[in-house]
Amino acid sequence: MTVTSLLQVRDLSKAFGGVQALNLVNFDLEQGELLGVIGPNGSGKTTLVNLITGFVKCSRGTVNYKGRDITRWAPHRIVCLGIARTFQMVRPFYQLPAYKNMIIPLYSPRVKKLAGGRYGSRDAVALDLLEEVGFERDSHVAYKVASVLPQGYLKRLELAKAIALKPDLLILDELFSGLSLAEVASIVPIIEKLRQQGKTVIMIEHRLKELFRIADRVIVLNYGIKIADGVPSEVMESDDVKKAYLGTEV
Amino acid sequence: MKKRKERIDRGIKARSSDIFALCSWKEMLYLSGPRLLPIIGFLLLPPFLGGYWQRVMLSVAVFALLAISWDILAQSGMVSLGQALFFGMGAYSAGVLNHYLGLSPFVTIPAAAILGALICTILLLPVLRLRGIYFSMVTLIIPIMLVRIIEASKIFGGTEGLSGLSSLPSRWVELYVAVIALLCALFGFRRMLASDFGLVLRGLNDSDRSVTNAGINIYRIKIQALLLSSAIGAFAGALMTHVYMFVGMPVFALDYSILPIAAAVVGGPGTLAGATLGACLLVPLSEVLRGIGGLRIVFYGLFLVIFIVALPEGIFHFIQRRYHQFDRWVEVDK
Amino acid sequence: MFAGTVIYAVINSIILMLMALGFNLTFGISGIANFAYGALYIFSAYTSWILLHLLGLPYPLSVLLSILFTAFLGALMYRLVLLRVRGQVLSEVIATFGMGLAILELFRYLGFVGFEYTLPVFVDKSFFILGTFVDMQRIMIVLISTAIIAALWIFTHHTSLGLAFRGIAQDERTALTFGMDSDWIATLSVSLGAALAAVAATVIIPLGSISVGEGYDVLIKALAVCIIGGLGSTGGLVVAAFVIGFAERLTDTYIGSHWTMTVSLAAILIVLVVKPSGFFGKQKELEERI
Repeated sequence: MTVTSLLQVRDLSKAFGGVQALNLVNFDLEQGELLGVIGPNGSGKTTLVNLITGFVKCSRGTVNYKGRDITRWAPHRIVCLGIARTFQMVRPFYQLPAYKNMIIPLYSPRVKKLAGGRYGSRDAVALDLLEEVGFERDSHVAYKVASVLPQGYLKRLELAKAIALKPDLLILDELFSGLSLAEVASIVPIIEKLRQQGKTVIMIEHRLKELFRIADRVIVLNYGIKIADGVPSEVMESDDVKKAYLGTEV
Repeated sequence: MKKRKERIDRGIKARSSDIFALCSWKEMLYLSGPRLLPIIGFLLLPPFLGGYWQRVMLSVAVFALLAISWDILAQSGMVSLGQALFFGMGAYSAGVLNHYLGLSPFVTIPAAAILGALICTILLLPVLRLRGIYFSMVTLIIPIMLVRIIEASKIFGGTEGLSGLSSLPSRWVELYVAVIALLCALFGFRRMLASDFGLVLRGLNDSDRSVTNAGINIYRIKIQALLLSSAIGAFAGALMTHVYMFVGMPVFALDYSILPIAAAVVGGPGTLAGATLGACLLVPLSEVLRGIGGLRIVFYGLFLVIFIVALPEGIFHFIQRRYHQFDRWVEVDK
Repeated sequence: MFAGTVIYAVINSIILMLMALGFNLTFGISGIANFAYGALYIFSAYTSWILLHLLGLPYPLSVLLSILFTAFLGALMYRLVLLRVRGQVLSEVIATFGMGLAILELFRYLGFVGFEYTLPVFVDKSFFILGTFVDMQRIMIVLISTAIIAALWIFTHHTSLGLAFRGIAQDERTALTFGMDSDWIATLSVSLGAALAAVAATVIIPLGSISVGEGYDVLIKALAVCIIGGLGSTGGLVVAAFVIGFAERLTDTYIGSHWTMTVSLAAILIVLVVKPSGFFGKQKELEERI
């Protein structure tokens, strides 16, 4: 079996008690793609991410990354392999300043390995990374304690924490939610830059307009089942998708 | 004219927070004073105290070590209700090594610290994967069960314990070993907690999901924290075995579990200095109150409740704040 | 003789179960691990004794008042102390632990130590069952425990308050959006747990005498049963109580009574290694907390 895709998800299913959150989901992801995952609330998008990243054990199915079966791997090992994710409900370390928040991902074995052993001060690297995601250096906002930062900055912090791990596959769970148009517009270039560096991105989103501008491909989930898979314009024409979002009236 | 209370840093704090602190003796003293105080106090006081109060100071050092050990675990999200487990494990390890293998205290004490730490960590390994509450429950249960088991199986001397163990060369050695160990632990582990590793530990307490998401194996981190803490506790136990020249079931007594927690909570959880301060306050206090017997434990219990509810930062934070900042009334800007 | 061992093992198991019920209930509903549980148990015993011997009240009345006072003390504990530290596990543990400590050691200090502190059995009779003598008190324990378990089951499955309890236990946030007052329910849960402790004390203490050490023992046993059975699960509690009860009793008969603690500790450690969340525990490590 030749393996060309970066990520292969086969028959992935998860049941929570009586609820089938995800049912036999299949898709491939190529290197360098930006894949959008959309669907109404409760369709299983976050569960999909949780299963891929190992935070939740699947009931059935396999996940293959770069040819290796990571289905049963522990979450921290999967991160060390090169998959980083953000959480929908951001959870920074509230009592620490923003740049100290970054120390924890920078402490991870993956970063140490990629840097070839111990390197200089993590503080400096943290400040640089934060600047890349939009923490203006001259406003000293990076020194502010996380509990006083507004949502826009917290989302950027979450993104920075994921980028700090130098992942090859970046999974963003509703990064744009709670952000203004201007804030979204300022984050999109950061994602574009990541793609130029060759990274692969999966984005779960509700903000379809912004997503469709940057996504190469989109899959649609509804009640745990994949109902569409293709380029954004095709997907939005599909009757199934319209029915899922709007109800039976089209 | 309306006024409001404003809290700002003292001038001397602002002046001494940069390299310019080296410019003046006053600023250098401001910074070094709080650090030198315990060092000078612990190192120079003993010759001036009588035999009885030297014993008390030894007790202070031992309980401070246990309190520091508790504090490190608490900062990592593991609340131990059984410091007696670490203490007792170290005590018995030293006792056994000394009694059955005839090793000298200078060998048994370090060896017992390591051995005790390993055994405690292995015993607690299963609960590390579970919610924090399991850790508290199991650390409460194990010392008490161990007492019953020793009583039943009569191993290591059973109810009589092992006596006639070697002692350290002199009273002075005992006291200074304890005190120097305390100072090393206090400053050393404060350094550790301020380092990046310490940050990860504290992050663990806050949100272990985020730490896992950062690619860090949280169980490995927890094990490291547990090994460190239990080693400190085991060291304290091992030392006391050779001070009393005896080890028996009382080393797992509830007192060794409760007083360190009370000391840390009263002194200020989160800063090892608070734990030390708490021990310095509570141990002499309990000596003075020895007359009222069991009532002291009632007071510890009440202290625990009052402080954890009303003054959770503890005394140390309060002192620290007053040292660095002051309050004043200012007019409300229009 | 084997039949006798089995009967006593069953009774032992039911005693353990009764001891652990209150603690499990409080934890199951509101997530509070009440380390003052043992203290509440002993408090109720001493209160009964005081009402009976110092105030001369009739026994049934003393017992009833004692149960009410204990329940009230539980509610007070929540309202005065736990309410302020709700959600912070560290503080909850220390606060309940401190309160339990203060109460138990206060009794010890006030001199409530000695063999004269006993509670009378309800009916002084014995029966000859399957070749062994079983006293009435123990039979009453079995009957009362069964009644309590049945009542609890009906309560949590068929009354609106009970269903509210289960709702809060399963998902506090959602329950809040339905208008359930989580503080009031938490108060009730601590109170009920305390009341169950009092009931347990009332039926079990007559088998021996009241002692402060018993307070610590009860807490330990309740913790052991809950750990093995899985915190929050009543079914697990019953199974665990029987497992430990039988293990203890069989060890006592065939190996030696001093080894019972070893067996219990070994059981705990084995369960923690093999199935950490207990037999029917609902914890699933990290998964739980996403």
